[in-house]
Amino acid sequence: MLQRSTETREVPVATIAGVAMPAWRLIMLGAGLVVLAAIPFVLKNFYIFQITLAIIYAIAILGLNLLTGFNGQFSLGHSAFYAIGAYTAAIMMENLGISYVWTIPVAAIVCFVFGFLFGLPALRLEGIYLALATFALAIAIPQVLKSSVLEHWTGGVQGIVIIKPDAPFGLPLSSDQWLYVFSVLVAIVMYVCATNLVASRTGRAMIAIRDHPVAASAMGINVSLYKSLTFGVSALYTGVAGALGAIAISFVAPDSFTFVLAVALFVGLVVGGVASIPGTLVGGLFVLFVPNIAESVSKGLAGAVYGVILLVVIYLMPTGAAGLVRLGISKLVKRR
Amino acid sequence: MQMNKRMMLVSVAAVMVAGPALAQKKYDAGASDTEIKVGNIMPYSGPASAYGTIGRAEAAYFRMINEQGGINGRKITFISYDDAYSPPKTVEQARKLVEGDEVLLIYQSLGTAPNSAIQKYMNVKKVPQLFVATGATKWGDPKNFPWTMGFQPNYQSEGRIYAKYILQHHAAGKIAVLFQNDDYGKDVLKGLKDGLGSKTGMIIAEMPYETGDPTVDSQVVALKASGADIFVNIATPKFAAQAIKKVGELGWKPVHLLNNVSSSIGSVIKPAGLENARGIISTAYQKDPSDPGLKGDPGLKNWTAFMDKYFPEGNKADTGNVTAYITAKALVQVLKQCGDNLTRENVMRQAANLKDFEIDMLLDGIKVNTSPTNYFPLQELQMRRFNGEVWELFGPIMSGEIGS
Repeated sequence: MLQRSTETREVPVATIAGVAMPAWRLIMLGAGLVVLAAIPFVLKNFYIFQITLAIIYAIAILGLNLLTGFNGQFSLGHSAFYAIGAYTAAIMMENLGISYVWTIPVAAIVCFVFGFLFGLPALRLEGIYLALATFALAIAIPQVLKSSVLEHWTGGVQGIVIIKPDAPFGLPLSSDQWLYVFSVLVAIVMYVCATNLVASRTGRAMIAIRDHPVAASAMGINVSLYKSLTFGVSALYTGVAGALGAIAISFVAPDSFTFVLAVALFVGLVVGGVASIPGTLVGGLFVLFVPNIAESVSKGLAGAVYGVILLVVIYLMPTGAAGLVRLGISKLVKRR
Repeated sequence: MQMNKRMMLVSVAAVMVAGPALAQKKYDAGASDTEIKVGNIMPYSGPASAYGTIGRAEAAYFRMINEQGGINGRKITFISYDDAYSPPKTVEQARKLVEGDEVLLIYQSLGTAPNSAIQKYMNVKKVPQLFVATGATKWGDPKNFPWTMGFQPNYQSEGRIYAKYILQHHAAGKIAVLFQNDDYGKDVLKGLKDGLGSKTGMIIAEMPYETGDPTVDSQVVALKASGADIFVNIATPKFAAQAIKKVGELGWKPVHLLNNVSSSIGSVIKPAGLENARGIISTAYQKDPSDPGLKGDPGLKNWTAFMDKYFPEGNKADTGNVTAYITAKALVQVLKQCGDNLTRENVMRQAANLKDFEIDMLLDGIKVNTSPTNYFPLQELQMRRFNGEVWELFGPIMSGEIGS
């Protein structure tokens, strides 16, 4: 599953309908940006809020994808980093009175450090054993947040209520519209960074470790350092998403960050496509909207309907949405 | 918005001038000549899905009301969404109900954390968050959250009632308390201490436990060693059962007060051992369908008939279905009182204006009472004792009113 690379260099002169592939990419990117820019002015506040959440989940899934898709390490514990990011934002805003804008970089740093440190001992673990260790983290975090030692800061079971920020500079936007714009801006920065990271020397090292750690090591790559750093960067992304999520929801509580969230992120990763950066957006949309669709089909059997949808999706797109698109492109492409 | 506010002011002024001409129909979003939209959020999936039956029973009850002609000629459209007990999902669903479906009010949303997540939003939007399904005491705060109201006897009231009982019957006793270390456990404990007042010193030992603890055996051993002769058991079902069993094994014979959430015979008393549980004292406010003493009770008959006809797949031993029936009746009463003035403001005004309202599945003598300063609809409980087979009610209806 992990042997697929995003690199498409082997088809540099491919065209669809007479237009070269790089141009197609730019056209799609441009169209995507136009849609993103239009959303806050077309949809009702509630739908803007939902799409904001989907984008936030997409960022979290992107973090998981850097780890799993590009570096071959498994995690079932990313809800923990999401929670740490969310609580960082909540505590900074409500207890310390700091503007929400600053919570994003701070959450990023805090989660990077947590992820890096957790990555160090986890290095000794491979594949499913690492998944189990991170799973323990996901199980532990809600309990830790409830503990009486931290209660003064975390608000215990009651959680923390956050005041939703308004648009700055007197912009004529509702707080939902502004949060959407803010989240999209953060997301663009995160996606550009991720794209560059994966295409860089570091990114190639990450992928090399995924594909063949021994060979990577023989090439002079410091495997353990890169693995820990990837864990840190992955946690950073998920933590930033957590902070944005806390601001958008305006509330954090231990019950928000259970193991179910970790599984949801994992599902989003697989549905979107492992080792695909644009696929994470599909993953985000899936995580947010498919449970709602399942519920509208049958209230009593929402869980079962969700399972059936998931099975159908995986059956029809065994390599995720990104794989389906790649397949479509390869059928359309004319090689010269 | 500006325009709307001005128009509202004008219309309010007009109403005030017009005085008696109040009879004309007034509607907010979610109400019309033909329907009233009621929103609801339940954990149909996820860790708390056992409570989902409450939402289903409520839907069944409103189906019955609609078949009987609705409320003042209007049908209830009950829109219930699943939040899987996850606060972020609760926020999403509440916004969907208010902004998408445009419901008149949200009723019986379940759980302390989920309701905490939407409380601010509901109050900013000025949409009633009515009869929330949680016992936390924080829901009765009309000064800060005038659009939020609880329903069931809150945890502090319950603690106060145990204090009253102890002061009346065992004034010279020494109390040991086992409590769950979270908002619920601390809430009951606070009620107990407030109720004891100057006699708080009677509590000679208190031991917390965490929901993650495997057992509470060591806590019970320590509490017994304190030499106390009254044991207050503030624990959720699994831990309450462990404590009852351990008390029995240790041969400790204290006056054992068990909190209401763990008084189910099926899930607590039986696993703990009927013999160990003999003599335990607890409280109740709703009728227990499994109580053999209620044979022939007219309320139970009505409830059984409702269940048989409209919710036959529901489990009659599940007290959640009784809770649903009671709260649905209360909501119907509020909407009846609203008459043709179905504004959100009037809904809250009528919800805060329930006077000695009786519901046939509440224990005889327990009534629903609210006022603009009292957002705790139920504050009365009756004591009951386990006789080795079933619970036996005894003593008068006791009030744990905050401030009494």
